[in-house]
Parts: sequence; C-alpha cells; structure tokens
Amino acid sequence: MSAPATHQPATVPPQPGASPDSGRRGASLVQRLVAMREMGILAALLLLLVVTEIANPRFLSAQNLRDLLLSASILTVLAAGQTVVIITRNVDLSVGSVLGLSAYATGTLLVKAPGTPVVLVVLAGMAIGAVCGAFNGAIVAVAKVPSLVVTLGTLYIFRGLDSLWASSSGRLQINAADLPNSFKSLGGASLLGIPVLFLVALVVVLLVGFCLRNYRSGRELYGIGSEPEAARLSGIPVGRRVFAAFVINGALAGLAGVLYAARFQTLDATAGTGQELTVVAACVVGGVAIFGGSGTVYGAALGALLLTTIGTALPQLGISPFWRNAAVGALILAAIVLDRTLSLRLARRLRGRNLRGS
Amino acid sequence: MAVDTAPAPAPRTSAEGPAASRLRLLGTGDGVITLVLVAFLVIAGLTVEGFASTRNAGFLLLDVVVIMLIALPLTLVIITGEIDLSVASTVGLSSAVMGKLWFAGLPLELIIPLCLLLGVVLGAVNGLLVTKLGLPSLAVTIGTLALYRGLAFVVLGDQAVADFPRSWTTWAISSIGTTGIPVVVVPLLVLVVITGVVLHATPIGRALYAMGNSEDAARFSGIDVARTKLWLFIVTGVVAALGGVYWTLRYGSARADNATGLELQVIAAILLGGVSIFGGRGGLVGVIAGVLLLASVRNALQLVNVPSDVLNIVTGVLLIVAVVAPQVAARLRRIRRPRGRPAVP
Amino acid sequence: MDHPQAPPAPGPVVLALEDVNKSFGAVAALRGARLELRGGEAHALVGENGAGKSTLVKILAGVHGPDTGRVLLDGAPITLDNPAAARAAGIAVIYQEPTLFPDLSVAENIFMGRQPLHGGRRIDRRELAARCRALFERLAVHLDPERPARGLSIADQQMVEIAKALSFDARVLVMDEPTAALSGVEVERLFSVARSLRANGAAVLFISHRFDEVFDLCDRITVMRDGQWVSTDPTADLTVDQVVRRMVGREVASLFPKLDVEPGEVLLEVRDLTRRGVFADVSFGVRAGEIVALAGLVGAGRSEVVRAVFGIDGYDGGSVRVAGKELRKGSPAAAMAAGVALVPEDRRQQGLVMELSVERNATLTRRWKLSRLGLLSARRERATAATWSKKLQVKAGKLSDPVSTLSGGNQQKVVLAKWLSTDPRVLIVDEPTRGIDVGTKAEVHRLLSGLAAEGLAVVMVSSELPEVLGMADRVLVMHEGRLVDDIPRARADEDSVMLAATGHGDRTAVAP
Repeated sequence: MSAPATHQPATVPPQPGASPDSGRRGASLVQRLVAMREMGILAALLLLLVVTEIANPRFLSAQNLRDLLLSASILTVLAAGQTVVIITRNVDLSVGSVLGLSAYATGTLLVKAPGTPVVLVVLAGMAIGAVCGAFNGAIVAVAKVPSLVVTLGTLYIFRGLDSLWASSSGRLQINAADLPNSFKSLGGASLLGIPVLFLVALVVVLLVGFCLRNYRSGRELYGIGSEPEAARLSGIPVGRRVFAAFVINGALAGLAGVLYAARFQTLDATAGTGQELTVVAACVVGGVAIFGGSGTVYGAALGALLLTTIGTALPQLGISPFWRNAAVGALILAAIVLDRTLSLRLARRLRGRNLRGS
Repeated sequence: MAVDTAPAPAPRTSAEGPAASRLRLLGTGDGVITLVLVAFLVIAGLTVEGFASTRNAGFLLLDVVVIMLIALPLTLVIITGEIDLSVASTVGLSSAVMGKLWFAGLPLELIIPLCLLLGVVLGAVNGLLVTKLGLPSLAVTIGTLALYRGLAFVVLGDQAVADFPRSWTTWAISSIGTTGIPVVVVPLLVLVVITGVVLHATPIGRALYAMGNSEDAARFSGIDVARTKLWLFIVTGVVAALGGVYWTLRYGSARADNATGLELQVIAAILLGGVSIFGGRGGLVGVIAGVLLLASVRNALQLVNVPSDVLNIVTGVLLIVAVVAPQVAARLRRIRRPRGRPAVP
Repeated sequence: MDHPQAPPAPGPVVLALEDVNKSFGAVAALRGARLELRGGEAHALVGENGAGKSTLVKILAGVHGPDTGRVLLDGAPITLDNPAAARAAGIAVIYQEPTLFPDLSVAENIFMGRQPLHGGRRIDRRELAARCRALFERLAVHLDPERPARGLSIADQQMVEIAKALSFDARVLVMDEPTAALSGVEVERLFSVARSLRANGAAVLFISHRFDEVFDLCDRITVMRDGQWVSTDPTADLTVDQVVRRMVGREVASLFPKLDVEPGEVLLEVRDLTRRGVFADVSFGVRAGEIVALAGLVGAGRSEVVRAVFGIDGYDGGSVRVAGKELRKGSPAAAMAAGVALVPEDRRQQGLVMELSVERNATLTRRWKLSRLGLLSARRERATAATWSKKLQVKAGKLSDPVSTLSGGNQQKVVLAKWLSTDPRVLIVDEPTRGIDVGTKAEVHRLLSGLAAEGLAVVMVSSELPEVLGMADRVLVMHEGRLVDDIPRARADEDSVMLAATGHGDRTAVAP
C-alpha cells in the first residue's frame, strides 16, 4: 500500500570482466537455497517428532501418526489453494469462512438427501467454494482493490451467510447421527494404513503442484507475482489469471469443507473459524513468499504438516496448547523476516559492484 | 536518470480538510459520508422503534468509544500508505494482561500505565519490522495479529477475570447527569479534536499526506519517513492498549478473546469515511462520520432484532463497497475524459 | 579485438519513420522526425537529453503512437498499438534496465507464454532448455537456462532480452543506451552479438552517448536535436567533432548571460567524496556568488553526487562542509538546517507531490517555520505561496489546484519556490530546465543568475551544453564516477566540455 521505493539508478557499473561462470555460480546458489528451504522444514518436522517422542515414548504410535495425517489433511488442502493465490501476490483471508459454508452445506445436503453419492457431495462443496472464490476474484481482478481488504470483508460476509443459513434453517447444529454412514465412514477410512482423507489431500497437492509447474498458465501465475510489470509487457492476461486463481482457491476451500464434514461430523456455523491465519502461516513457513512469484505447494504442504505437528506435540511436551496460536504468529513473522534477510544478502552477493575503469 | 514516462495522474481533489471552502467539502468523500450519516439517522429515527431515544444514543455512543478511539491513529497510519491489522489483538492482549495483573493483586493505578507501556512495545515491534527491515506492513501485521492474540491466550488462557472495582466499571458506563451521554465521550472528544488538529493543521499532518502520496518527494523535502512511520505505529499500539483497558472496564471482564474481529469494524469505518486504502487522501471528519454511520447501522439493526451474523455481513459489504466505489468512480471519470496519450514524455 | 570482414552491404529499408510529430501536452518531443533502418546495418542514434531519442524509441516499441506521420514496415504503413504489436512486427527493444521475472528461470523468461509443449499441453522442459541453449549458442553467451533471473548482472539481463528477441525472429533490434552499466568485457560481448545479428540481416538501432562505441559499431549515424532530425551520414564520413557540433548546434534564443559577481567565501566544500560503485574521490568547492556546473554524460554520476551531498543517499568516504562546518551525512533535514537546498532531477517523482495543491507543495519545506505553537493556518500558507508565486511568476489557475495541472515550466517554478523559501545558502539544481518551454527556461536562468548575485552558491547539474556554457563560472566535468576536469568560463566551450565528458582529454578528432 505504500508507494514503491525509488529505483537505484542504473549508473552502477558492474564488476569488471564479469566471467560467464559467475552466472552459473549464482544459479546453483539460489537453487541450493530453495532446496534448503524445503529440506529445512522437513528437518524441523523430523526434529519435532524426535523430541516429542523422547518426551513421550508412546507418541509415535501408528494410531497417533494416523491421527496426525488426518488432522493435517484439511489444512494441507487449504494451503494448496492459498499457495495458488499467494504466488500471484494476493492473499485470501476468507478461506476459513468458505470452509465453514461448504461444510455446513455438505451436512445439509446429506441430511436432506442421504443417498447422494459422495462424488456429488464433493462437487457440490467445491462448487460453493468456487462461487465464493469467483466473488473475491472478480472484485480483485476487475475493481483492482487490494485482495487483503476484499477478503477481509468476505471473511465476515461468508461467515455471516453461513450463520444465517444455520439459524434460519432451524438446524443450528448437524450431528453425526444425522449423517449417513456411508459418508461418515470416509472420515475414518484408511487405504493401506493411510487415512483416505490424507490421500485426498496428497492427490490435491500433487495435482496442483503438477499444474503449477507444467502448464503455461501455471507459470504465468508465477510471473504475475514475480514482476507484474513484466507480466503486462509479456501480454499475460493478468486479470483472467488472478480471477482463476481465486476460483481455484475457493473450490479447494470448498473441498476442505467436505473433508471437514467427513472428519468432524458435528457441524455448526463456527466450522473453520480462524483457519485463515494458520493457512497463511503454513504457506509462508513453507517457503511461499508473501510477495509472490516463488514457492511451491509441496513446501506449503510441509508447512501445514509442521504446523499440525506443533499443535499435537505441544501438549505432549507439557506446553500449554494456548501457545499454539502465538506460535503461528511468531512463525509467520520469522518466515517473513528470514525471507527478507536472505533475499537481501543473496542480492548483494549476486551483484558485484565496482567502478568501471578505476 | 531518464525522464519519467508515466502519464500525469488524473487531477484529484486535493487532500485539504476543513480548511477548504464549505461548498467544496460537500463534494468530497467527507461530505458524501456525512450526508449519508445524517440521512440514515433521520430515517432510522423515524422508522426504528427506540432508536431516537437518549438511552439508545447512550448505548450507541458506548459501543462506539473503542472503535472511534482506535480509528484515530489508524487513520493516520492508513493515510501514510501503511496498515495495522493487529489493533484488535493489541486490545485483547492488553485486556488479558490487565486481567492477569489484577488477579495477581496489583492496583489498577499501576496496571493501566503498564498496559500502555505494553502498547508501546507492541506498536514498536510493528514499526521496527516495517521501517528497519522494510517489510510490508500488511504481512507484518497479519503476523502480529496472530501473535498478539495468541499471547493473550497464553497470558489468560480460557478464563475471564471479572471482579474489577465497581467504582471504575461504573464510571466506564456512567452518563453525564441525566443526558444519557456517557462520561467517557468527553475525553474521547478531546482526543478526536487533537487528532483532527494534528492531521489537518500541523506540519506533521502535512508531512503525512505528502508521504502517503509520494514517499520519494517527501524524503526529498526533508521529511524523515521512517521515523514518522515508526512513531505512528507506536502511537497506534498505545491507543489500542488504552482501548483494551477501557473495554475491560466497560464490560467488566478481562478475556483473551475480547475485541476479536474489531479490526474489521475499524478499517471498514475508516474506508467508509473516504480515506483511501492506498494512502494520501481522506480526512478525519469523514472517518468520524464513517464510525458513527457503521455504529448506527449496527445499532438500528440490533433494535430490529436482526441477528449478529447479519450485522457482520452488513459490515463486510460496507467495507467492500467503501473500497470498490472510489475505483469505479475513478474509472468513470477516466472514461469521461478524452482518452488521450500520456501528458508527459 | 578483431572484426570480421567488412559487414555485408546493407539490405533494403526494413523500418522507417516518416515525418513523425509527437507532443505531450505543451511540449513537442518530436517534430518531423525521420529514420531509416536497413537490414544488415547497425545504425546509431545520437543526441543530447531532450533531443527526442527516447520518445522515438517508445514509438518503435509500441508504447506511444505518433500524432502525425507514419511508421513503415517494409515500405507499408503500420500501426503499433501496444508492445505486443511491436513484437509481432519483429521489433525488439533492449532497455538499459530490462524488466525480467526475477523468480523464474532464464529460459522461462525468454519463453513466457510460449513454452514448447508435449502432446498433452504439458511444458516440455527439455525442449525449453534446448531451445534456450541454442539461442545462447547463437549469441555465444554462457548462461545456465535453469538459473533464476534474479541477481543477473545488467549485461546478462540484456543478453536474456536479446535471446528473447531472437526467439521472436526479431528483424529490428533497438538498443537504448545499453552500455551505461556495462564493463569493457561485457560491452565487447554485446557488440559481437550485435554484429552477428547484423550479419544475419537484422537492423540494429543503437542509441548511445558514447562516441567511441558508436564509431566502433555503427555503419551510419543519425543526429537529432530538439526533437528534429538533423542529419544521417555513413560513419566513415564523420568525425566525433562534427557529430558533437551537430548535436549541440547554435542556440537561437539568447540566454541571459551570467552576471559577473565577485565570488565570496567558500560555502560548499566537497572533499574526496566516494560512494562504492557509483563515484569516487569527488572534490570541489563553490563560493558565494558562483554558479558551478556539473556536466557529463548520462550515467557519469552527477545526480548521485548531489544527492549524497544533500543527504538523500549516504556515502562511504569523504566529507561535505557547508560554510566551514561539517555536514552530517544521510540526513536531508540536517542539510536543510545548514542552508542547503536541492531541486531534484525528477520533478514529478521527487520534486513535487503531484496530487497535492500548489500551495501545499510550495510550503512543504517551510511547514514548521510557518507554524505558531505547532499550528498551521491555511491562510498563512496561502499567503506565503502567493508571495512566492508572484515573485517567480507562476501561472496557475488557483493555488489550491493540484500541482499536476500546471505546465512543466510552472511546476518547476513551484519547486524552486519551495526551496527558495527556505532561504538557502547553497542551492543545488539538477537539470533545472529539463522539459520546460524556452520562455520559462530563460526566466529560470535569470533567476539563478540573480540568486548568485545575491550571494548564493549555486551548483547546477545539467546535460544541456548551452545552458552550462551560458550560466557557469566553472564547469566541472564528470566521467564514469570521477571528476575529470574543472574548466573555467574563459576556457569552456562545447568541444572542451563534451570531449572531457566522453573521456577524451584532447581536441583531436577521433576517426573510426
């Protein structure tokens, strides 16, 4: 929101006799750093698991690990969608509310029509999410309003609609007993020992990651966040792409709502409250730069896993669960500061400076 | 350096406040929102049962106190082109600390200054991250929003501390004589006037508008942008902490989740009041009208027994309208002007 | 440094501008401009700042359209509505500072939106890397296609842009001041690339201030001055001297000559000022009553020096003294308190807050002095602004109008008013008459002379030779970050200044 800083004048003469190899050295340095980031999260994750296991030797049981993966699935799906938005230099704070809306809708649908096949339920949830995302995307892309402000507003609008729906339908809370068994069993089902819900999350991450990396439109999303001016000059349809990013994020938040319904089975209008901050934290910690243009869903997924593990591990370590929220905030700040100092140092190293002819 | 090639921006109405002619005032954002406020008050007074009573006015004003209080420094922050989303969390943390210290037996006379000191620290964290590290205030305050709220829960957990001395809590909601106007409105009004004067009639205020429109030009004019912004964040922190103290006394209860979501109302009110989210434009008169309008709408809807969810929907819609409307207006203005080439090479 | 055999005879005209006029508001940037680019030829476009070169480039790039006149591609008129249209027409522009995607790989930067695909519309990364490598081979450039664009040297960024141009089968390559930020080796590389493109039939348009490079690379030279075409001749038929003379010309309007003033005490003393990578060991002094010009080519470091003196930027070594007292670095407020004022180079981004009114801009620097007990009165502000407006004869509708509604000349007067109202002892003006009509130019010059006569020390950074020669008591010439000459008024003329600015010490004409 502040005015852009003055550009350093281009009169800075570069290193004399810049060798072609300096380019290659620069490449590997950056690549190493990126890989380091994801390795770093993985390392932190493993460290946390080890420490908790030491504190409580029964922590790493098969049941606990299954629960961990189950808990992480919803956040992972949300993080995957948020990544798509963040790389375009935007943010979507309304995802928690979209999740709530979708979860409640899923419950209502199943109560009214218990025989609905799961696929249709999923599609319905995603459709609701997509509509919410389209609303956000239209305002951001067309009216060019900062996404922060828009999604701050829709955070409350969607939540309010959810509450309104719940109170006006007379069904303030949908209980597990109201839901059909076929759906409920999905919540706890496993395939080869891995929870089904987590597999869904995994598939989402792989799919989104694949598309972001291997399709032109995916690369254009990165371009938009990396340098909007260059994107404009290259002829990228920025408005269309940003709109699509919000729709995709909305649909994934909708999917997360369906997963939520399957997992928790007791649904009211408060589902998903406060999730948006955890999702942003997962992405930022996972290496998705808040300024856009870089980061992967895989990193975001690892970030989601790390955050979920922190939440589970804290009580095992004897730390009050109230620290979890503070940890989320601290992690966001740490990640942003880290990214900034790293990029400054990297920029300084990659650019040599010397007076020409001196 | 090459000659600038951007087109000259469409001449906007200048950012003068009440110093401008009265007639001109009506044409600006400030004027529009004041008219809307007056119109709404009249309509609600006529159609909504119980709206136009002094008792209700008293309730409305009590509700408005904390929002108006926080809106004052936050307006200055937004005018310089930054934002602070962590204000509500500061309120909550301040309230939680107040409860914890009261529970521990300290006297209120000591607790309140300590809470204000806490506000300095919280604001300084935001300010330093933005000015020294050059991080975007948006990202920083999303982080501190979570961090401060989390710390509030660490401090006070799930409990509520509610046995504050009656003399204080009664004072917090008492009215002046039989008028129904809360006593706290007086100091609040003083702060409003001070803020208005600072923004519109002091060198500091001039500097803020300059910074919000062109940080470079401000720097070239000798304005210390970084230091000014740092102080703004600190003041916001202190004022939000003060808001936390008042909130606790007003509701008689210190809880970690106090004022959750308040930032939405404050920002919505400010933007509704004609302050541009991009900085450099807007005035305090509009913000006051915006705060009052938002509070009146909520108050009237409550009187008609509209559920609080709808209140939030309305606030969210108003926020979006407040930011979309100027963009649409600018677009319309551009269409009406002859679509020519840029005005300078 | 060996050249291949003489370049092939140039082909037919690929791109031509015919009688192009272009104005921005009241300023005529191009008047009857013409240009002819032939395939297989490297063509230089030279002229001082304000000659219209960058406007011409923008027209070729599709950023602006001509008011009148035509652009012809292969003899047929063409409209270039936007950068994409220019690209489709085969015109590629390499700017001094390319705009790349820093987070994406070099290969993706080149092929964004056009990456080669597998059957299923999946990006074929191997083919992408291969094509990128092929392009680099053609350019004899060694860059890893996978590396991110972030941190690439300017030279390498330009190579990426050229590779992009090649991938579009560009037939016209426009290079706008490409060598300003390049070292000797990188310039060589750039030139060998340009030569090989030329050998393949492309038309290369090379815009530069550096005559040694122009004479080294280019086959023909077009000179522009004041938005008009002056001449086009084969390089072989020209000397640097002749080119300089054509660029500068004889000023028709007579400048107000500098009054002779007895110089007083030294008010500004700069000693060994150094900023790593930007300028080094700059030392000079300015007395009361003197106007000292800081001349040099674009990129010589003049604006950077004055910004460091005023405190906008810091510096790594040396000192600045105002009236004998050392000035704290890095603080414009301290500089202002010591009586230094800087009228910056970029009027619209640095000199004025465009959205604010004339009176607010004019009083921004005096806001504290104008306040009583911390309070400002709009009336006092307006009175001050009105006084200065009258003094400088600023033509504005109302003082409360946004300053963006004023003409360039009047805007500059507002900036001057803003700084003169601080009652400075040292006035630094950076390109004081850029983008201003002739009449206002004369007024500004008269004003500066008058100020010097009143005892101010004036430092004037300027790229306009007539202004420098007409106004300055001494001409300090900078070249690539160093002060290379201090020419007193008696000895100063176009040749001595320009040749010092281009790094040549003597007046011998340089034949290619």
